[in-house]
Amino acid sequence: MSDLRIRLSQNAPLLTAVVVFALFYVFYNMNHPRGFSTAVLIQNSNEVFTLAMVAMAQTLPVLLGGLDLSVGAIMTLVNTIASHLLNGGPLQIIFGFIVCLAAGAACGFVNGCVVVYGRIQPIIATLATGAIFMGIALFLRPTPGGDVDGDLSWTATNDLYEIAATYGFAQDGDAAWFQPIAWIPVPLLLLILVAVCIWLPFARSVTGRTVYAVGSGEGAAFMSGLAIDRAKIAAFTLGGLFAGIGGLYLALQTSSGNADIPQAGAYTLNSIAAVVIGGTSLLGGVGSAIGSIFGALILRTISFNFRIFEIDPLMQPLFEGVVLLAAVSLGALRVLRVKNSLELFR
Amino acid sequence: MDAETRVASAPHVTLDGVTKRYGGVTALDSVDFACRLGSIHAVLGENGAGKSTLIKIMSGVVQPDEGEIRLDGKPMTFAHPAAANAKGIVCIFQELSLMSDLSVADNISISDPPRRFGLIDRKAQRRRAEQLLARIGCEDVNPLSRVRDLPLSRRQMVEIAKALAKEPTVLILDEATSALTAADVDTVFGILRRLRDDGISILTISHRMHEIEAVADRCSVFRNGRHIETFDQGARTEGEIVQMMIGREISAHFPPKPPPPEVATPMLQLSGYSWENRLKSIDLSVGAGEIVGLGGLDGQGQKELLLGLFGVLKDVSGTVTVQGKTVKIKSPQDAKKAGVDLALIPEDRKTEGLMLPMSIADNLTIASLSRLSAGPFVNPAAMTAAVEDGIKRMQIKVGSEFDPVSTLSGGNQQKVVIAKWLMTDPKIVLLNDPTRGIDVGTKQEIYRLLRDLAETGAAIILYSTDYEELIGCCDRVAVMYDGQIVRELAGAEITERNIIASALNMDEAAA
Repeated sequence: MSDLRIRLSQNAPLLTAVVVFALFYVFYNMNHPRGFSTAVLIQNSNEVFTLAMVAMAQTLPVLLGGLDLSVGAIMTLVNTIASHLLNGGPLQIIFGFIVCLAAGAACGFVNGCVVVYGRIQPIIATLATGAIFMGIALFLRPTPGGDVDGDLSWTATNDLYEIAATYGFAQDGDAAWFQPIAWIPVPLLLLILVAVCIWLPFARSVTGRTVYAVGSGEGAAFMSGLAIDRAKIAAFTLGGLFAGIGGLYLALQTSSGNADIPQAGAYTLNSIAAVVIGGTSLLGGVGSAIGSIFGALILRTISFNFRIFEIDPLMQPLFEGVVLLAAVSLGALRVLRVKNSLELFR
Repeated sequence: MDAETRVASAPHVTLDGVTKRYGGVTALDSVDFACRLGSIHAVLGENGAGKSTLIKIMSGVVQPDEGEIRLDGKPMTFAHPAAANAKGIVCIFQELSLMSDLSVADNISISDPPRRFGLIDRKAQRRRAEQLLARIGCEDVNPLSRVRDLPLSRRQMVEIAKALAKEPTVLILDEATSALTAADVDTVFGILRRLRDDGISILTISHRMHEIEAVADRCSVFRNGRHIETFDQGARTEGEIVQMMIGREISAHFPPKPPPPEVATPMLQLSGYSWENRLKSIDLSVGAGEIVGLGGLDGQGQKELLLGLFGVLKDVSGTVTVQGKTVKIKSPQDAKKAGVDLALIPEDRKTEGLMLPMSIADNLTIASLSRLSAGPFVNPAAMTAAVEDGIKRMQIKVGSEFDPVSTLSGGNQQKVVIAKWLMTDPKIVLLNDPTRGIDVGTKQEIYRLLRDLAETGAAIILYSTDYEELIGCCDRVAVMYDGQIVRELAGAEITERNIIASALNMDEAAA
């Protein structure tokens, strides 16, 4: 087989997710009164970012062959921390950012340590830690509210032009060289930055490779002399960081913090759906966080379409369920091609 | 380096008084052992003799309870495999250590991938994989392929490439050739000899005597956790070695074959049996009381034939007749049904033969639960009786039948698999390489059992990668090549020469 064919067949689930998203999104824009406009793109990016981050967070434990039920709680916890810290002078805000990201990573680190040193399965370990994180979030923010710097909130949820205009560079965003990129929504840029600057290097690092190896066969990974424990802790920590970025952004987007238990649960479950739709195997070892981003995009695009067609929003869970089932079934299509029933169990 | 200096060369790895216990079982009992620099050293012994523990200790998988390991005279402790690897001790384990979802290139460089700016350099990694694959004659494997998509014999070669990538000074092979084709075995032996001449010490465990004769310089025999003797290859006869391994006289390797019956009543008949492009219009008839061997190079459709008969393969064409009746077998469930009465001893006992965490008793009865049940409930008395019977019949060495089956040695595990299927009273028994990785004593018990089964009127199809086994056990041998039966050998025709010639699809004249 040629290299190209091997690459295509190995990345088929991801490519399918990309194509499905493209179809859904073009369809949405064609039917939107202001379709294909910057305003729509900005709004969509805002609505997608947090779920995309939480889905990336979920990808790591899934690649290890587990599930993380605490990603929504970590996101919520960081959201409530951010609602306390993201105000005041520039230094204070920067300090707030650092604390938020560190808190997310620390939550993930705790998960990793419980899984590795407690020898507890991720799903049950994170069920427990998730409840703890949620408890801390409720303690920090018993009722919704908080104070987030207005300029920051405005610029983080708009296009690059607004950043320039608000903070006064590139001639307040009117410089000629700035125009080709001025339209880019900040959340979209952030998403790409996180994917390119954090995920891709991680996936190509030895630790990242070890995460895949553990998911594919932990015994074999151990026998190959890999640092399994370190990779697991790193995976959970990075997952916590991703979830933390999501929570931080949600605070900027809503200008507040909210320790909302149903919302945290919904994010966790949607993150699992996004990971699966994005082509990552729940058995571990196969997939990528890039796929999960597209999984999140597909889920969100479904709700965009519901909005413009004014379908009863109560139907939305049903439709999302159908898409999830279709995605899983698509993955199971190979079963039809398998002529040796034994291969189904490998 | 010639043979003289090699023999005189210094010990490379030494074990001094090494003892290892698992619970109450002493796996290694104050073993003194030395492997010389630049030699190929074969370790022989029955299952449970301590060979596996020996190499696990040397490669850092387990730590000894007493005694010490010395490398070039310096005492060493290896807390984990990576520590042993760091000192140049690399082991190719019997259980594959590949990660099947990762690519061949990823697997080969898994421990220490080439890096650029701290990140894995995929191009360099690929070049390295290509070089190593070329070195072991596997240019046909694309380094980008997922290991999952490769056949077993190629995976084993990838395993060897992976070990070579670590640039070992001591290379340990645990049954590393058992899944390989004959051509690959030759290639691997060529590499081993070259590595030895480069001063690398090689330790190999194998149950194939002719392979040991072909490649080893020195041999050590282990029995019951003790090091019995080390000698130069050739200094002992095969009979003496076997004697040392099992500690008892073996009259004959194989039970005698009965004369062929005048008119064999066919138990199982296949005609035009085909599947995908792997089985091509196979006609085969197996009589009651007959043992038919499947020969040929590995991967010529022998395994598929057995799996197809057992209902594992989909979209099979052709007709299958059991005792005169045409049957459709679409699943192992169908194969077990009365009137078909098939049993398959699968290739891989750990994944297809046993539920490892379940008890010996559960595993023994799992295929025949319906016989042991009254209504929907299993009858405990019948189950206990059946378990006792199975253990006795196969002489399985167990502490308690309620121990997990994973606690048994490989040979005893295989006996559990066989006993499990015998409990279903099969009329047709299919065996897929049943003696792979099994000690000589157990092998002989299995041969005896097959003959006994045949004498009670069962039809047996035995696929084996070991020609000796086919020659010694089978009334007829069907040699397969490229999904077809190219020749059927019977009686005195069953010789190694004939099997090999047919396996390579050569004319008899050319052979």
